[in-house]
Amino acid sequence: MGTPTTTTGPTTETQVPLDDARRGTLLRLATAGSVDDGKSTLVGRLLFDSKSVLADQLDAVERVSRDRGLETADLALLTDGLRAEREQGITIDVAYRYFATARRSFILADCPGHVQYTRNTVTGASTADVVVLLIDARKGLLEQTRRHLAVTSLLRVPHVIVAVNKIDLVDYSQERCDELAADIRGVAASLGVADVHTLPVSALVGDNVVDRGSPRTPWYDGPSLLELLEELPTGDDPDAESFRFPVQVVIRPQSAAGSRHQDADRYRDYRGYAGQVASGVVRVGDEVVVLPSGTRTTVAGIDTADSLATGDELTEAFAPQSVTLRLAHEVDIARGDLIAAAHEAPEVTQDVEGTVAWLGDRPLLPGSRVLLKHTTRTVQAVVRDVVGRLDLDSAELQPAERLELNDIGRVTLRLASPIAAEEYVVARRTGAFLLIDGQDGGTLAAGMVGDALAAVRHPVERPGAYTI
Amino acid sequence: MTTIDLTDTTTGDAAAAGTAGTAGTADSLLPDAALPGEHRLSQLEALESEGIHIIREVVAEFERPVLLFSGGKDSVVMLHLAIKAFAPGPVPFPVLHVDTGHNFPEVLAFRDATAERLRLRLEVASVQDYLDDGRLRERADGTRNPLQTQPLLDAITGHRFDAVFGGGRRDEEKARAKERVFSLRDEFGQWDPRNQRPELWNLYNGRHRPGEHVRVFPLSNWTELDVWRYIARERIELPGLYYAHEREVFDRDGMLLAVGPYSQPRTDAEAESVRTETVRYRTVGDMSCTGAVSSDATGVEDVIAEVGITRITERGATRADDRLSEAAMEDRKKEGYF
Repeated sequence: MGTPTTTTGPTTETQVPLDDARRGTLLRLATAGSVDDGKSTLVGRLLFDSKSVLADQLDAVERVSRDRGLETADLALLTDGLRAEREQGITIDVAYRYFATARRSFILADCPGHVQYTRNTVTGASTADVVVLLIDARKGLLEQTRRHLAVTSLLRVPHVIVAVNKIDLVDYSQERCDELAADIRGVAASLGVADVHTLPVSALVGDNVVDRGSPRTPWYDGPSLLELLEELPTGDDPDAESFRFPVQVVIRPQSAAGSRHQDADRYRDYRGYAGQVASGVVRVGDEVVVLPSGTRTTVAGIDTADSLATGDELTEAFAPQSVTLRLAHEVDIARGDLIAAAHEAPEVTQDVEGTVAWLGDRPLLPGSRVLLKHTTRTVQAVVRDVVGRLDLDSAELQPAERLELNDIGRVTLRLASPIAAEEYVVARRTGAFLLIDGQDGGTLAAGMVGDALAAVRHPVERPGAYTI
Repeated sequence: MTTIDLTDTTTGDAAAAGTAGTAGTADSLLPDAALPGEHRLSQLEALESEGIHIIREVVAEFERPVLLFSGGKDSVVMLHLAIKAFAPGPVPFPVLHVDTGHNFPEVLAFRDATAERLRLRLEVASVQDYLDDGRLRERADGTRNPLQTQPLLDAITGHRFDAVFGGGRRDEEKARAKERVFSLRDEFGQWDPRNQRPELWNLYNGRHRPGEHVRVFPLSNWTELDVWRYIARERIELPGLYYAHEREVFDRDGMLLAVGPYSQPRTDAEAESVRTETVRYRTVGDMSCTGAVSSDATGVEDVIAEVGITRITERGATRADDRLSEAAMEDRKKEGYF
């Protein structure tokens, strides 16, 4: 390998993100916090100090900062990309950022803190391995802090890091940081979040964000925020899960435009079920059940484009691989069916009790007709009952007749046809659902099958919790 | 000058993969495969699976999808994922190219050859047609990227496409960083960034009303480096101008523009001098505003090394039209641009 030449601009010492070829090093994180807690600045600091900001981006930030009469570059401008955001100095929508260190690559969802944008926090947290929650050291815990911790608990985000920001504005006070850490532990415990790591940072100055051991916080000797993120274990373990495979499309080369295809003859009788393994592992020869019909068969083959091209047949597939399954028997299977391990199959039901984060502008009322999207299946549904609404102060479910925007509550639904529903607390991918407005198509709610609030009301040590 | 070691010495992968470094051994150079028996995907495998899942969702839930195909590297990778998603069947949708009339001839040739080889239906929406009959007028600065929006929207309406795959990546630009994977457009093709649907888990909501359509970005979570590493891993063929070659160029606004039918150096008082340089392109588009970069990267491994240490973003280095203002891309996107 020759010495690479730079193409444009001066080369500086950089951390080249080529190391990310190592397995399992992609970490998805989401930021959360209230307005003005400094999230965008923290994200900017992470990107800047990990040398993920390129020269032209920095030039632009410095230019705009100067135009506004600022003395130092406003790092929030790195992520606040929309015109309105820069004009109002706030973050409106989830911004996704990509950065890498020598140890890991990161997908970062920078979520706005304003109360009306809580739905974006739900968006960011639904795919996150870790939520980084900011609080302002001067203000302490706010309603939004509780809401974000509740959302994190509800969506079962595996890890939570609380960054006590603006520690420079409380004179780097250990007493204040300890006090807030105790507050957070209390609220987190009441909301069922077992694994919280708290650390003092200054996003503006950079204390404890990337490098550990800020001289201004000698009383904190733990890892920096970036070090914490580099060390967190990721993802689920397919070997500990039951096999679930929602069918996306049926692949039959002969049917659609088959005659134009070069291999039309070779695959004349091919019929495969394409999808992404939602959980677990499947092997050729495994007995499976097709739901909701309940038909049993065995896996005859597992294909990908690569295995078909090379002839090296796959013997197994695991989550989250995209593959195509062939089955031993000709059975009637369509999009929306779930292929599951026969010996540990989920129940099918038309009555679902679920926990929802309501994201619609109009309230959710008993009798509302909606669409429910679960895995690859969309069915009509009617809201039977609103069981209750989570009161964030008491962390209790209070009786309620409706759910308003940003409310979290329990509902019962009656479906027009059955789904293979599983408890979200057991199976995230097959326990999640959307409620959709059948008329304008808008997404109304993030739904979780079962009593996802149980964990909130009865906190337990979560399996796999990460302790520093 | 930074020297970087592409081999991964911190795990056993590099040793397992053998000695790296010679041309054509991209796989061993970039150990990306999980070890047998381990049930965990590498980063590229995870991104590939996510992209295939997205493409299959669209085919299942929409009636008339189309894939925007320019012959540029992102659209080539996206098409590669589409082929993988439906194997051994054919790609079940056509491809659409919005031709500015200022394209690099070798990219157009690549586009046509690819469509022919894969037996794809290729639709072309031509900016030149719009200029010829007066529906559009040439801009003062001569660039045609902003002129693509109208032909694109007309093609979507005319063919009644309801889902449009684009190769946009969130790492490209600040406004794109805010884009959902499934991005709803109203009947005027407009994007309303303040009113986007929440996008939860991998449950994509593609429902839309008649006249509306959905832009879908299967490469949302890929970075420029991921794209190149994937091109190496899959040995994907690209137009030659992505690799170092000699070309007559001149400097304009800090960019190297090729001398060609649509981009001539000024000969007036501020004359721009022409020289032959070894260059390559990081993006391909309208020749009159797409810059080349000085580069000796003749192979995909060299490009990966180069992208890994560059200090300038892909668009910052090569797109004059994004330098117009802080929100140039946002403004174009709101109007229905890619």
